[in-house]
Amino acid sequence: MNTLITITVLALVVLYLGLFKAKTLLLPVTIGGLLVALTNALLQWNQNNQPVFKGMMQYDNYAVAFSALAISSTILILLLSKNYFEKISEHVAEYYTIILFSLAGIVVMVSYHNLSMLFIGIEIMSVSLYILAGIKKNDFRSNEAALKYFLMGAFSTGFLLFGIALIYGSVFSFDLEVIKSYVSLNPTKISPLFYSGILLMLVGLLFKVGAAPFHFWTPDVYDGSPTIITAYMSTVVKTAGFAAFLRLFWFCFAPLQPFWMPVILIITIVTLFVGNITALYQQSFKRMLAYSSISHAGYMLFAIVALGGNSGYGIFIYALAYSAATIIAFATLMLLQNQTGSDSFDSFNGLAKRNPFLAFVLTISMLSLAGIPLTAGFIGKFVMFSNALSQYHIWLVVLAVVNAVIGIFYYLRVVVAMYFKPIDRSEVPVPAYFKIVLLVSLAVTIAVGVYPALVTNLI
Amino acid sequence: MDLLFILFFPLVVALVALINKNYSKESALIGSAITFFYTAALIAKFHPDSSTQFLVNYPWMYAFGINFKAGVDGINILLILLTNALIPLIILASYRHKYGNPSAFYALVLFMQTGLLIVFTALDGFLFYVGWEAALIPVYFICALWGGENRIRVNLKFFVYTIFGSLIMLIAIVYLYLQTPTHTFDIAAFYNLTLSGTEQSWIFLAFFLAFAIKMPIFPFHTWQPDTYTEAPTAGTMLLSGIMLKMGTYGAIRWLIPVAPLGFVQWGKWALVLAIIGIVYASIIAFRQKDIKRLIAYSSIAHVGLIAAGIFSWNVESLQGALIQMLNHGINVFGLFFVADIIIRRLKTRNLDELGGIAKNAPKFAIGFLIVLLGTVALPITNGFIGEFLLLLGVYQYNIWAAAVAGLTIILGAVYMLRMYQKAMFGPSNELTLKFTDLDGTERSIFMVVGALIIIIGIYPQPLLHLSDAAVTNLVQTVNAKIQSVKF
Repeated sequence: MNTLITITVLALVVLYLGLFKAKTLLLPVTIGGLLVALTNALLQWNQNNQPVFKGMMQYDNYAVAFSALAISSTILILLLSKNYFEKISEHVAEYYTIILFSLAGIVVMVSYHNLSMLFIGIEIMSVSLYILAGIKKNDFRSNEAALKYFLMGAFSTGFLLFGIALIYGSVFSFDLEVIKSYVSLNPTKISPLFYSGILLMLVGLLFKVGAAPFHFWTPDVYDGSPTIITAYMSTVVKTAGFAAFLRLFWFCFAPLQPFWMPVILIITIVTLFVGNITALYQQSFKRMLAYSSISHAGYMLFAIVALGGNSGYGIFIYALAYSAATIIAFATLMLLQNQTGSDSFDSFNGLAKRNPFLAFVLTISMLSLAGIPLTAGFIGKFVMFSNALSQYHIWLVVLAVVNAVIGIFYYLRVVVAMYFKPIDRSEVPVPAYFKIVLLVSLAVTIAVGVYPALVTNLI
Repeated sequence: MDLLFILFFPLVVALVALINKNYSKESALIGSAITFFYTAALIAKFHPDSSTQFLVNYPWMYAFGINFKAGVDGINILLILLTNALIPLIILASYRHKYGNPSAFYALVLFMQTGLLIVFTALDGFLFYVGWEAALIPVYFICALWGGENRIRVNLKFFVYTIFGSLIMLIAIVYLYLQTPTHTFDIAAFYNLTLSGTEQSWIFLAFFLAFAIKMPIFPFHTWQPDTYTEAPTAGTMLLSGIMLKMGTYGAIRWLIPVAPLGFVQWGKWALVLAIIGIVYASIIAFRQKDIKRLIAYSSIAHVGLIAAGIFSWNVESLQGALIQMLNHGINVFGLFFVADIIIRRLKTRNLDELGGIAKNAPKFAIGFLIVLLGTVALPITNGFIGEFLLLLGVYQYNIWAAAVAGLTIILGAVYMLRMYQKAMFGPSNELTLKFTDLDGTERSIFMVVGALIIIIGIYPQPLLHLSDAAVTNLVQTVNAKIQSVKF
């Protein structure tokens, strides 16, 4: 709980700092505050916390794990933002504040114990993101991204809310505990309203995590938003979406698995193919990452298709691996955009000769996204695949393997460009902040890949 | 601890070579030589019985029943020897090449050595898979960074082929893991499983796909000639000398003992594919003008015979397969070294442009001849004992299979001697007149290879003795398992 309060207060403090024009303080204060919030979150680990605020929220281990992951990723991404917002506009403090508000929404999303809190959390996060997508006010594509995201997002929120209402109509409560006992006490006499509610909520949540066929907003929004916001959306926001998704289905709807599982199974397969095959044809690295994020959403959906004791852990380790690798990719992209102004694959040409370290880190990140052993990405995929196999979804895993192979084509394209294409530019300067972020992400990727017990022993 | 040293010392050497940029090849050579001598000492301590020795077993991912479990037994000891003996030779053979960024090159070779050794010693399914991929990544970069013109397209094909096979194998491994009562990746638990015939069929096919791509067996071989041709010499030597043994070794250690009923059902088809590969590759090899491609196809033929021996599954054929893996590694290294010398001096791979080298370079001609005789399995060379045992084993399984597989000896002699004749005899032309004879390093490599070929050819008994008990035990265990289900 202290985490949520810390982040909210921090956001207000940063806003006031902006009022007093203390620009140099913004980043240190934000990072420091987030570190306090992170410590607060970690202190709650294994405290066996019960629901608080009349059952509104429950800060259990699941919530601790995901909010810690979200806060750490945000810290890394904010470190990349030094001097980034200044280039965009005068109102730097507001951007930090909005990011912090959306993070507060995320903490609510991962710790809700009541459907109204789920809705509030998602809205706090989404409204902040609609603004963030459009912070480049004079840029046409940024505006397009914001508008598109807002319209589609509002629409999907409607679905979610409608679903919640229908569930309330059959259970007469928003409380997860009550819904759970409603489902488990008489699984044969469940009202049709409840089933419709599940389907409508499914639409809303699948939209938020960017799964096909609700993915059409993803490439345009990711592509149009400022790169640092894209990094934030494709790591922190996506993880939070899955955490909220899984929390609901794991806790409440698990007994009804025969009803919703076929739907999610088909959506998973479609998501994998749509994401991977479209990513294959992209010329822009940023757009490729957008589509690859769709395909990774497909892999993460495995945890929900094969719902079981390991699901939460599976999503966590997958999200950890995916976030670390994606942060590296976006950090590199930001550096190259500074130099060339373009985000196509060509700007990576000959990077290995110019910046061997940067090229090495990005190679590891690409291998991790492709799921090659000794990187964290492999452990993530391994956990997902073994969960699915343990419930005999063998064909799903075979299709996923085909997709993993397709993925190799476009991830290796970057590596090929870096190592085998001619050099046509000078060395890219890498600021110290970037070096820290790259090194931390690299260390996470390799450490989890080589010795996963660092994380697995926590279960 | 002995084994841990051998497994991870190459990684340490790789780091040293990376840091020590000016002396990277010297550090790589000295480091790999230390690994080799340590391995030789280990083999001297090895008791030739069917037990697993020098066992290391540490918990790795406790929650998933994954252990770092590795050991040495009669099945893998020759492959450990092969790996650690060939790596110093390969490094020495690369000495004359001016590779850009040599420290990265040698570090990748040594990193791959660790991956290969993990594959050969792993007694845990997960560890085996990790080693399998850890050997692939460095060789991809070696071939793609220092290879020929088409290297990017060709290596992508190679990489995608192998990754696809290995991911299918991963599904099979995870499936087996989920069937074990205690949820463990331990190979002993995999051996003890009693799965239905259908399950074993699928497991067999999944493993077979991965191993068949790696060996490669017809019709999964299409990546191989291109990759061998485009790769730098060291890459080709690593691929053909050591890496393809991952496939044949995997078949002996994992494929057949884990899914014996699948083997009963599909083994004969695997044998047929292997034999088709022998004849097919030999005929294509005969038509090749490119030396590297010729050796690549000859390698498919020779590995086809090893695979045929494995799928015949009796003591003789397995003994033959194990010793022939060692011999093939040595011989194919020698052949690619010969090709490398010719290419480096004359800048051509085309046999039609060669001729008359023997007159100008008599020492080279002798070295080439010894390697060639080993490859065509002339008696008193190493190839003979291996192919003899293999054919004996295949004969016991099926006489017709042995008759067709035996063609490899005749066809092999034909295309190899044709290559020798075209390159070495006949009139010298402008190009080959300038051919200079071997220098000191090259001579010493030929001396080592030649000595190995002849010593193993004359007195293979110590090597056969190392694997004898383990092979007998393995064959009996698997056959007992098959019998118990059949009746």
